[in-house]
Amino acid sequence: MASPFLSNCTISFSSSLKYSTLPRLFPSVSFSSIRFKSTPRRILTVRSKIREIFMPALSSTMTEGKIVSWVKSEGDLLSKGESVVVVESDKADMDVETFYDGILAAIVVGEGETAPVGAAIGILAETEDEIAEAKAKAASKSGASTRSAPPPAPAADSTPAPPKSTPAYAAPTVTEGPRKTVATPYAKKLAKQHKVDIESLVGTGPYGRITPEDIEAAAGILPSKTNVGPVVVAEVKPAAPTKATSDSSAPSSIPPPVPGSTVVPFTTMQAAVSKNMVESISVPTFRVGYPVTTDALDALYEKVKPKGVTMTALLAKAAAMALVQHPVVNSSCKDGKSFSYNSNINIAIAVAINGGLITPVLQDADKLDLYLLSQKWKELVEKARAKQLQPQEYNSGTFTLSNLGMFGVDRFDAILPPGQGAIMAVGASKPTVVADADGFFSVKNKMLVNVTADHRIIYGADLAAFLQTFSKIVENPESLTL
Amino acid sequence: MHSICSQATAVPRSNFAFDSHAPALPISKPINLRFCGLRKEAFGFSGLTHSCSSRVRFTSRGHSKRISASAENNGTPPKSFDYDLIIIGAGVGGHGAALHAVEKGLKTAIIEGDVVGGTCVNRGCVPSKALLAVSGKMRELQSEHHMKALGLQVSAAGYDRQGVADHANNLASKIRSNLTNSMKALGVDILTGFGTVVGPQKVKYGKVGFPDNIVTAKDIIIATGSVPFVPKGIEVDGKTVITSDHALKLESVPDWIAIVGSGYIGLEFSDVYTALGSEVTFIEALDQLMPGFDPEIGKLAQRVLINPRKIDYHTGVFATKITPAKDGKPVTIELIDAKTKEPKDTLEVDAALIATGRAPFTNGLGLENINVETQRGFVPVDERMQVIDANGNLVPHLYCIGDANGKMMLAHAASAQGISVVEQVTGRDHVLNHLSIPAACFTHPEISMVGLTEPQAREKAEKEGFEVSVAKTSFKANTKALAENEGEGLAKLIYRPDNGEILGVHIFGLHAADLIHEASNAIALGTRIQDIKFAVHAHPTLSEVLDELFKSAKVKATASSHVPVSEPVAV
Repeated sequence: MASPFLSNCTISFSSSLKYSTLPRLFPSVSFSSIRFKSTPRRILTVRSKIREIFMPALSSTMTEGKIVSWVKSEGDLLSKGESVVVVESDKADMDVETFYDGILAAIVVGEGETAPVGAAIGILAETEDEIAEAKAKAASKSGASTRSAPPPAPAADSTPAPPKSTPAYAAPTVTEGPRKTVATPYAKKLAKQHKVDIESLVGTGPYGRITPEDIEAAAGILPSKTNVGPVVVAEVKPAAPTKATSDSSAPSSIPPPVPGSTVVPFTTMQAAVSKNMVESISVPTFRVGYPVTTDALDALYEKVKPKGVTMTALLAKAAAMALVQHPVVNSSCKDGKSFSYNSNINIAIAVAINGGLITPVLQDADKLDLYLLSQKWKELVEKARAKQLQPQEYNSGTFTLSNLGMFGVDRFDAILPPGQGAIMAVGASKPTVVADADGFFSVKNKMLVNVTADHRIIYGADLAAFLQTFSKIVENPESLTL
Repeated sequence: MHSICSQATAVPRSNFAFDSHAPALPISKPINLRFCGLRKEAFGFSGLTHSCSSRVRFTSRGHSKRISASAENNGTPPKSFDYDLIIIGAGVGGHGAALHAVEKGLKTAIIEGDVVGGTCVNRGCVPSKALLAVSGKMRELQSEHHMKALGLQVSAAGYDRQGVADHANNLASKIRSNLTNSMKALGVDILTGFGTVVGPQKVKYGKVGFPDNIVTAKDIIIATGSVPFVPKGIEVDGKTVITSDHALKLESVPDWIAIVGSGYIGLEFSDVYTALGSEVTFIEALDQLMPGFDPEIGKLAQRVLINPRKIDYHTGVFATKITPAKDGKPVTIELIDAKTKEPKDTLEVDAALIATGRAPFTNGLGLENINVETQRGFVPVDERMQVIDANGNLVPHLYCIGDANGKMMLAHAASAQGISVVEQVTGRDHVLNHLSIPAACFTHPEISMVGLTEPQAREKAEKEGFEVSVAKTSFKANTKALAENEGEGLAKLIYRPDNGEILGVHIFGLHAADLIHEASNAIALGTRIQDIKFAVHAHPTLSEVLDELFKSAKVKATASSHVPVSEPVAV
């Protein structure tokens, strides 16, 4: 029978540092009968009072476990038999208890993270003096251990205890006196999560209470959710004096939501796009458009298409070859004081993927041949769809290409992404009546390209010259296949 | 008579678990146990089977016999009776007793002073299930993670408060009319008015302002139920400080609501309110949330139902004074330490729900006429529900069932007690095994239990000198639960390894309330683990959680030879 303080299915252990190769010592156990109380292993000459808490093996098939939650926080006092952490195995969530008294000095593996069986997930110190040492141990255990916990906060309890000498209970005029901080349950949770000091905030909610929105504002995060409620009937009542002042000091600049509207928060990708777009406003840009005849390019495309070459690859290759002759268009202005010439020509190409926009990069597009480039592009698009692009595969671009021609768009205007000098917007190629120098009319396929560039480094003449080169390459595309 | 059918009390489970003879239950703190089952809904349909039996003769009502019930012979039992059985209170308990009485051939009347259906149907289990159905769906639709895992895309889910409230109200009306119709169809007389016991085998009833009628019956069952218990110092205004009666009407969804009491009622309402966008603060007098549950289940439930939600809590505190919102001030709640009685904190919230349990509704029953003293409002009864008078003697022909006797405040327990009483008065001795009565809390996921908790079982084992074992299975290992992406959950079996007796089963997980019955039936029928483990469960179903649970138990006894299906059946 299990010992009285151990419930039947909990596991307790933690061991001395000496036994860091511990997992071997544990018999494999099947789920329904885990019942070992860790018998005090013979600790031969243990001086250290710092112990590790290991990832336990909760089933015979378990090789790693995920920390569901830490029941205790860093700095909490633990006593023998108490639950410290909840671990998810392949089969169940289980509480892991400590077999020693002490202080949880450091959490090595945080909530939601995974560790192999036997790995240290936390450090237990016997006395407060050893916490620092234990923390150093924890830091060495895991580079990821960024949690430098504040000195053990004695009260994790979030409700401020009122001073005993002034019992609010006895004072009927409690609301008239100096206001104490009132925060809603979710606000308190958020504050703990984002390490926001509630006491330092001024609440904007009803009766001056601190709302989850206040915490989010203080933590600098975007509101993460819509209020699930209906348009909740605001409690209309004579405004309390405190409310009136907070209202006037915080004029709302956001228009009230249209009734019936829904708010959908950005995904991570959308948030990144939004951030880049706002940043782009700080760059002085200008645009130059250029008509390019594409009959020759179209003919070439028909020839190479069976070999897997796409129009995107052709355009990227043409742009890259033009950039070789106009390095300034491939440069960028990082600090507002200098040109940064890029040694590689990396063409980023905007791709719409489900619910977002990403720019996979064809690196060294000037050097690779058309076929390799096409193959490379195909791989990149597949990776982008599967959301498996590595950072250097989407953020190393030096020049961006955006093509909406396939939708019939004849011309458009692109926003320059931060960190690049220029972006080319390509419209559809369509039959156009042209008169040549001799006055003969003919019908040629013409496509409008429009380049947006950073005028701090790229001037009108530079762009015009680049476009002229680009146009020549497209009109005589044989060089693309070389 | 105000009739109430169901659940909830300030009764620690252990009291009826170990000493069901003692109706005087020591209560130090408001523990809030609410057992809520919707069992009686089925009775709306059960009339079909009963109505074809030969009860027609009772439709000829013998009102002529009423002359025997005149005022002069008060105090002496009449020689002949208007009815075989009169039930005071048409809640779920009274209804269950009435139906069974008709089946047994008794001429039956039921007295109701309020509405048929009592608390359960009108202000309890039934409307709360409607709200919880809504909250469960809202919760699913709002869980982006859950939806994504299933490959579903839902844009922001919203709700219409009035629509939700109407759903609850419509459900209650429907069940109420089902109940009424089922009794009418069987020939049960429904007498309207408040019932009072005026003497042995004699009851008067009548509406206020109308002359009273006096009827006699061979046996009388008191089934008057309970009302929400509101501790003193708390001012209920029905708008910002409310009880479950008001909350079920869902007249508002406050931004922030404090719930006093973290038992069944409080827990279910926290599920509803948080799903509808409120933030919740629990106030619990004991040191732990969810007292009354098996500690391990409670711990897991707290991790799933409390911690990740917009809920915080104060434990070990009493709310000594709650003032409704008025004059531009919020609801204020004054808290004192439950042990030291020192002021601890003052909360300011938008609303407060008082869920501190339920108090018996037995005032005005006329019990003094037959020398019966209630104990804190509860009518004292023996294990056969027969009423005990002030001298400790049994009162002949008088029984009390349901919340009014406080044994187990559950709608289905009241009904079971009623059926047990009818069995006795028709000549078959019957004692109800309260340990076989399941209880459920309809949160998402649900919690259910039957029998003893682990600490109770261990205490009993120590006293009686037997061994106790525990087996557990996780919903994570169940195919159906994983298909639903609801792998969070645990089933726990407490049993005797020597003879395979099931002492208790506790389930936390998807549809736990429906799963418990395999275990409660086994306890009721005395089925042992070594036998039930051979029963077959359809695959893949949630019921395999229990299948696995029984199979994982290590029982020393072998399967009994008289297994139900002894003859192999070829197919």
